Amino acid sequence: MKTRIKKIIDKYHSDKGFLVPILQDVQKEYNYLNREALNLVSAFLKVPISQLYELGTFYKAFSLEPRGRHEMKLCTGTACHVRGVPLIKDNIERVLQIQSGETTPDLEFTFETVNCLGACALGPILVVDGEYHGNISISKTNKILKKLGKKVKIDEES
Amino acid sequence: MKKVKTAQELKILQEEIQNSRDPEKPCITICAGTGCLTYGSQKLVDNFKAEIEKQNLNGKVEVRASGCHGFCERGPLVVINPQKILYQRVGLDDAEEIIKETILNGQIIDRLLYIDPVTQEKILHEDEIPFYKRQMRLVFGMNGNIDPNSLEDYLAIGGYSALIKVLNGMEPETIIEEIKTAGLRGRGGGGFSMGLKWEATRNAPGLPKYIICNADEGDPGAYMDRSLLEGNPYSILEGMLIGAYAIGSNTGYIYVRNEYPLAVKNITIAVEKARKLGILGENILGSGFDFDVVIVRGGGAFVCGEETALIASIEGRSGEPRAKYVFPAERGLYNKPTNINNVETWANVPLVINKGAEWYRSIGTENSKGTKIFALVGKINNTGLVEVPMGITLREIVYDIGGGIPKGRKFKAVQVGGPSGGCIPESHLDLQVDFDALSKVGSMMGSGGMIVMDDRTCMVDVALYFLKFLEEESCGKCTPCREGVHQMRLILERITEGNGKEEDLKTIEWMGKAIIDGSLCGLGGTAPNPVLTTLRYFRDEYEAHIKGKTCPAGVCKALITYTIDPDLCTGCMVCARICPVEAATGEKKEVHFIDQNKCIKCGACFESCKFDAVKVS
Repeated sequence: MKTRIKKIIDKYHSDKGFLVPILQDVQKEYNYLNREALNLVSAFLKVPISQLYELGTFYKAFSLEPRGRHEMKLCTGTACHVRGVPLIKDNIERVLQIQSGETTPDLEFTFETVNCLGACALGPILVVDGEYHGNISISKTNKILKKLGKKVKIDEES
Repeated sequence: MKKVKTAQELKILQEEIQNSRDPEKPCITICAGTGCLTYGSQKLVDNFKAEIEKQNLNGKVEVRASGCHGFCERGPLVVINPQKILYQRVGLDDAEEIIKETILNGQIIDRLLYIDPVTQEKILHEDEIPFYKRQMRLVFGMNGNIDPNSLEDYLAIGGYSALIKVLNGMEPETIIEEIKTAGLRGRGGGGFSMGLKWEATRNAPGLPKYIICNADEGDPGAYMDRSLLEGNPYSILEGMLIGAYAIGSNTGYIYVRNEYPLAVKNITIAVEKARKLGILGENILGSGFDFDVVIVRGGGAFVCGEETALIASIEGRSGEPRAKYVFPAERGLYNKPTNINNVETWANVPLVINKGAEWYRSIGTENSKGTKIFALVGKINNTGLVEVPMGITLREIVYDIGGGIPKGRKFKAVQVGGPSGGCIPESHLDLQVDFDALSKVGSMMGSGGMIVMDDRTCMVDVALYFLKFLEEESCGKCTPCREGVHQMRLILERITEGNGKEEDLKTIEWMGKAIIDGSLCGLGGTAPNPVLTTLRYFRDEYEAHIKGKTCPAGVCKALITYTIDPDLCTGCMVCARICPVEAATGEKKEVHFIDQNKCIKCGACFESCKFDAVKVS
């Protein structure tokens, strides 16, 4: 791990001004900000660990917990909101039995809401593992969840 | 491309590229902005390229993946040049037919044309479509003509002419005067004069000076900055180069949302290509002027769109704003004089320099000059990005350009300016849109989100939505914002749950005023706007929730019930099959029934019923 962290820090010439991008890259490497990695960043750059935790909790991009195998991001921008996203959000939370921002205990799913993805013509939008699904509804969401292995009731005939 | 060493060399290169291009050569332009990419337009680009290969048309027909054209509703969009034929909702398999029929045989494919919803007429050309016809696409219109990764394309449409003009002997003071005279105001929300900001930064003591492009576009429902960065990154660099030269800065930052991967990619490529060509770096075009930019990806915090928070974020700290007794123009990034403008504002700069302040001034209203790009979204037929001259009425935007409300429903309000803005009712539809007129009715220009709402939108729910958003995004530094917005949210939540009290409305009104007066930055200072404007124009809806315990729009879960209309139900059993809690039941071909004790109001039956038999009341 030491060399991988060092490599990231070197990319930014050990400049403390790039703490946010450094942590972004660390998160990309390990899928979350784990304690060990943060300790290494702290030691390499000589910044207090508390400062790294401050950034880790302030910015939405960071997660201090491991993330699920499938990432679901539901756009909750205003345009999607007025087109019925709240009911879709409730539905996903009910099926996955977690709240938005959480990961299922089996580490299969992480579900988050995001502010406006800027594809409002296609709203409501759900991004599953980087793939955009536009004009989604409760039933479309359920079909996606079923494909990913969740037990949900869908209307097979339609 | 070889490095250019003087403005003259760049001019020659520009002319060479322009002369080498045959305006009559067929060019298929496919929109590859984020909206159209979501429809799968990258595949369409590949299909066109493969088809050209197959038909041996290499070199005879161009294929260009361009930035966003704006008419996202009708994507994927394909424009055939030079005729400017617009094909909309193009299928991924249509490439072959388009090449065979339109390119080779000159035949129009009828089914891909846009149909005017009013006259039912088929429209052939892009600029004849009502959505485009009423716009004035000075800044955004270039998107369709260039491949965002091609510096040649930008030069071919006259790009960097403004830079050449500036480096050919325009004094920094003259440039600033030009921008001031043009009346160019910041497009990011504040609406402050760009020229005055430049002047203040130039005159402030202290070196080095910095300039920043704020591309942390966080307002939900606004995406024009992203589309500009994705579609025409060179124009933003050109604007920044001119600004840096005028201000006397050698380093610029572009702070862009990490949620915009394509924008990050395209601006990064643009910066690299500009460096290679010699228009970024040391001694640019032999003028002795050095300038380079650093791209910083944001961490996903709405408040970082606020300039002092953004500066804190670039410095590697958490993005908390500070009180602005001293403006960033005097002490900004690393306590040095710093000028911040947003993407759209920077993109306007080359236009002013090329065409002159007097020309620019001729567009718009008395105190708001030029055009503004709005994101027209929500319950509207033609969702998309629209660029209009200041002073156009809301009615023209919503009905003439936007094509009105889908499904024949009734217009209720348009929310302008993001979470800091306000909801404008039908009675103000003839308002002439500019910075001051919007403020007068309690809204604001903001970054230019325009969310249209119909009679199925609950205004209390909308206000609550924005409060929740702002509560989450409040950095927590000052108390009025942190605690005030939280308390307001609790009250509104109570109202939507049917537990509102009559005095609640008075409480949120005075709380709103207190939060506006007491907050440190613009986030808190405008946070109560959505609540105060909905209360001002839609008080009856609040009262219906509080006194009548009803939600007239049928949105607030606690106040609605789903029932089945026996006259419309055909007994198709769809609702019974999908109901997650077995509340909807019934036999085949018999009227179904919803057990209110079991119903969790998930809305699945309402959404799925093909006969509109499920009613919400």
